[in-house]
Formats: sequence, C-alpha cells, structure tokens
Amino acid sequence: MIKRIIAIAAAALALGLTSAHAQEVKVGVALPYTGIGAEFAQLVDRGMELYLKLNPDKVKPYKLTLIRRDVKDPSGANAKIAVQELLTQDNVDVLAGWIYSPNAIASAPIVTAGKKLAVIMNAGTAHITNLSPYYVRTSISMWHAGYALGEAAAKILNAKTAVVGYTDFPPGKDSLAAFKRSFEANGGKVIDEIPMGGAGAVPDFTPFFQRAKDKKPDLFFVFVPAGDHAAAVVKTYAALGMREAGIKLIGPGDITQDTKLQAMGAAAVGLITMHHYHADLDNPENKRFVEAWKKEYGANTTPDFMAVGGYDGMAAIVHIAQALKGKIEVDAALEALKGWKFASPRGPIMIDPVTRDIVMNEYLSEAVMKDGRVFQKVIGKIDGVKDACKEQKIGPCASK
Amino acid sequence: MIFGVDFASMLLGGVAAGMVLFIVSVGLSVTMGLMGFVNLAHGGFAMLGGYAIALAMKHWGFSFVTALVFGFVLTAAVSAVLERALYARLYGADELDQVLFTIGLVFMMIASVTLLVGPENQPLTLPPFLRGQINLGIIQYRAYSVALIAIGIVIVSVLWLGFERTRLGAQIRAAVDNRRMAESLGINIARLFTITFAFGSGMAALGGGLGAEFLGLDPQYALKYLVYFLIVVAVGGLGRVSGVFWAALLIGVLDFALKKYVPQGGTAFIYALSILLLLWRPQGLFGARSA
Repeated sequence: MIKRIIAIAAAALALGLTSAHAQEVKVGVALPYTGIGAEFAQLVDRGMELYLKLNPDKVKPYKLTLIRRDVKDPSGANAKIAVQELLTQDNVDVLAGWIYSPNAIASAPIVTAGKKLAVIMNAGTAHITNLSPYYVRTSISMWHAGYALGEAAAKILNAKTAVVGYTDFPPGKDSLAAFKRSFEANGGKVIDEIPMGGAGAVPDFTPFFQRAKDKKPDLFFVFVPAGDHAAAVVKTYAALGMREAGIKLIGPGDITQDTKLQAMGAAAVGLITMHHYHADLDNPENKRFVEAWKKEYGANTTPDFMAVGGYDGMAAIVHIAQALKGKIEVDAALEALKGWKFASPRGPIMIDPVTRDIVMNEYLSEAVMKDGRVFQKVIGKIDGVKDACKEQKIGPCASK
Repeated sequence: MIFGVDFASMLLGGVAAGMVLFIVSVGLSVTMGLMGFVNLAHGGFAMLGGYAIALAMKHWGFSFVTALVFGFVLTAAVSAVLERALYARLYGADELDQVLFTIGLVFMMIASVTLLVGPENQPLTLPPFLRGQINLGIIQYRAYSVALIAIGIVIVSVLWLGFERTRLGAQIRAAVDNRRMAESLGINIARLFTITFAFGSGMAALGGGLGAEFLGLDPQYALKYLVYFLIVVAVGGLGRVSGVFWAALLIGVLDFALKKYVPQGGTAFIYALSILLLLWRPQGLFGARSA
C-alpha cells in the first residue's frame, strides 16, 4: 500500500516537474543578502522583481522562479560555494547576481564548469567577463566611468593635477588605472595614489583625505564602493574643508548613489560624477521605472544604478527565455544575447557581441540643490560607451 | 611650519579617533577586569546605543546632546536586564562558553536590528556648531574632531575621579585586584557587577553615537570594530581606566599616522604592532603584572 502511494506520488511529482519545466525558468541568484552588502543585494533583488512585475506580458507564458542564495561577504569563498550549490542542488537554468568583483572572479571557474549562462548585475572589474565565456554583464565595467571621467576632467573641468583615492580591491585598482590612463593621455598628471582600506568595512577616511588635501591637487578622484563607504567619503570631504581649499571631489557615480544622496544633503552639492545611471535621468523609461519603484517599495525609497543592473539583467533573462522558448541552453542563450538591444531606464543599452559586456551612455552630472533636495544635473553625455579596457586590450583585459 | 601644520593635523585626527576608541572600550576593559568575563557583545551595545541615538534624533527630533543621554540610559538599562537574566548565569562558566554566548548574542543583535530597522547605514546629522572647520590659531581643523577631544578629556577626568575618589570606584578597584578578598570584606559583588556592566554598556552606547561620524552606524558595526576595541583593551590592560585611555590614544594616533603616511600597508601595520607588543608585554602596556 505504502509502496503504491510512493510510486503514485513519485509519478505525480515527475509529471509535475516535467510539465513545470517547459514553462518554468529557474534563475539562481547569488547575492550578499546578509552582511555588509545586504543593502545592495536588496536593491538588485528589487530591480529584478520590479521588471517581472511591470512586464507580465513580456514574461508570459514562462514563469521565472528566483532561487536565492546568500553569498554573505566580498571574500569570494562563500560566493563560490553558493554558485556551486545553485548549479548542483537547485539545477538552475540561469545564474544571476554578483555585487562584488572578488565574488565574480572566484565564481568564474564554477560558472564555466557548470555551463550555464551567468548574468552579472553589478560587479564592475573590467576583465571579469574574460574569466568565463558564459559571463554576460548588464551593469558596468569600471573603465566605463573611470576612463570617460579622466578625459572629462582634463578637457571639461580643465584640471592639471589629481590625487586618486581608492578602496584597495580589484574594481578600485581598475578605476584608478582607467582614470589615470585617460587623464594623463589628455595632459593631466596624477600626483598621488592612496589605497584607502578594503571593501569589507568602512574605514575612517580622515587620514587618507588629510594626505590628499596636503598634496593640493586640482581634483580628488575617489573610487569607493557605493553605500556606506560613499556616504563617509562625502562627509569627510566636507568636514576637512577640502572644498574650501579648492579641491574638487569627483568619481564614478558610486559616491552619489541615489539611496544615500539625500542624507548627504548640502555636503553633496558640487560633487561631479561620471556614471551610466542616476534616478534623476530624464527619459520616459526612467520616469516609469522610478514611479513604479516608489509605488512598490515606498515613496521614501529610490532606485539607483544597482537596481537598474538587476532590472536590465532580468530583462536580458526574459529575452532569452522568449528567444529559446523556455529551454535555456547556454550557447544558444549567448547567441540570443549578443547584440541584444534594450530601452533601459539608463538610456539605450546593448550587449557587445564580441566582449559580452554592456554598451551604454555615460552621463557627467553635478549635484545641485533643487526644490529642497539634492538633484543630479546632467552636464555632459557620451553615447554608446564601450569598455575601454577591453577595447584597448589593457593588462588582464587583453586575454581572449 | 608646513611640517608643523602637517604634524598637528595628524595629531588632532589621531587623538580624536583615539577618544572614540577610549569611550567605547573603557567599559569592555572594566567589565573584563572586574568579572573576568570576555564580553564580545560589547560592540553590540555600542551599535544598539548608536542606533538609539540616531533614531531618536531622526524620528523624535531629539537634539544631539539629549539623544546621547537617552542612548546612554536606554542601553545601560537594557544591558542591566541582560546582565541579570543571561550574563549572570555564565560568570562561573568556561571562557569558551562565555565567548560562544556573547558571540551568539552579537549575531542576534545584528539580525534583530537588520530586521527591525534595515541593513542600511544610519546617517547621524551633527548640530551645525559641530560641523565644518574651526580655527585653532596655527591650523583650521575639523570642528567635530576638536569637540571629540574635549569631550574625551572631560569623560576621562570624570571617570578617573569616579574611580579614584568615590566609594564605588574604590569598591570596583578592590574587586578587580582581589575579588575574593573584596567579597569577604562585605562588598556586594553581584550588585557591583550589574552597575559596572550597565555603566560600561552605556559608555559604549555613547561611543557608538559620538563615533558614528567617523565609523558609520550599521548592523555590522557590532563586529567590524570589535577587533579594534579588543586591541585597545589588550594593550591598555584589564580594568585600568588610565591604561585604556593611553592605549586608545596611542592606537588612534599610530593608526592615523600609518594610514596617512604609508597608506599602502597602513591598515595592516596596527595588527602587526599589537602582536609584537603583546609578545613583549602580555599583560598589556599599562596593565599591572599579574601574579
């Protein structure tokens, strides 16, 4: 009797699984849901969810199931385990996530061995996409903003000297290299490079900033991870009187992350950033996106570039689900994504068919006060920016 | 002159950072010295206090100073309850049990705050008179750092007087030096423990609020600065207010100077230095040589 019940149950389960399989796409999400990256994980996660909620007609008839695994920290080790479990225990069809570059770097061999498409939604170290043929990136390369800003710093801001302060982990070094290369190619000079602690904890920035101030540069270029690092940077910059000393603070948009910007208040005014997204961008897709976000998650919340990385990443996954009719096979998925175009809240984007990295606009913005809030005013725009590191085959970007 | 300004800015920055370390760590040192209890949840009390202060300012419009008092009182009260209900059961237990218990408590604190308030950093807005720069004659410096140094000096003076000149202070010193003797002289050790524990946690809360400008404030605070607090206590010696004070200043200034002048390795130097120091003097730089 019991045997028969088990047999029937097993049959039913098998049936259920196969019928579900045709319609269901399992997306394995590796994000730091707890620990220092928890806030970022929430942003990317909400971005993914919001795409699914806003576009039910585009998702039909498929059902995208998110299977979440916590990667905890930027160490790489835990992310590797999480990705392996998603592949071997949860049998996911597609992988997604990655806030921190060290995690994406550590996961690369597993992704390659698992032969599943992996959509990077944040991690920005340039050469990551070279580490596995199955990585596709819908966020950024550090070179997008860093390289563009180096040129803008010399040509638009007319700066001669700069000090670079960076968080001492792969994207920080990348950002330094990108900025330095284009700034010096355009006649500027980087007079000091200051590593400012790791990504795992926010340091007290005072000693590093004091050093930068003593060097009296025209510009202080800072790359730190968005979030609490960024909030501390802006605070320290204001408290040390660097603005009064005539030193402009510039950097990729991590330092003016939308979620932190209003809390920075007047201290943020005058910051100049190069980035591919902020919530104040004026285009119809972004208006719709921001409005839907506030409706879904609260009027006091705001999406930011991380949320857009998740949103666009989910759009890419839905695109391949449709293109491959729900049966995700990695080589076909890559073919379907190469040259894929999408009207993102950040403006038009495309996946570069050669590098599997993103091609997008970069916006030069200045933080100003408008209607009692900090507003990011676009003062320059560069269309269709590719990852300069891979374009010019620099360092580790040259392989493959 | 340029060197003088450079040096002064380094000293001010380092001393201010040291003051925060002192305010948070002093409670840890005293409770450790007094009870021999390794309270790894001490950073958790600093975090809870910081949150109480930040949230009171944000949601109930408390002024910075009122919020600091509120944070102190609330955290002291909460910790007194925890001490009676939980810690007291483990005073006789193995050190491993104590460590496991307190580290578990830290995780629960982190998880509760993440759940109730959220994972994000809590901005703490300073009153206008503490923002910006202040002119000190030879240099302009961050007003808040200068204020912190002043506050730190006041606190250490009050604590020192309290320790050296009051009956309660004498009882605590007696219990640190020889607990059994103190007990047989009729000092109510259990009551003393609760009072010092609550006071130490209250100080941690104060440090959490005062230090938020430099160290930020998020649920992970409870763990991420614990190493620094423990280094200060280890270097300063257990149960010594003045020891902790000098150790905190030393570490604050050294850490600041190394980060400023040798940023390439500055963040690691402080750990290497602590190891060397403890190899040389296991009882701490300012600790009494134990029998």
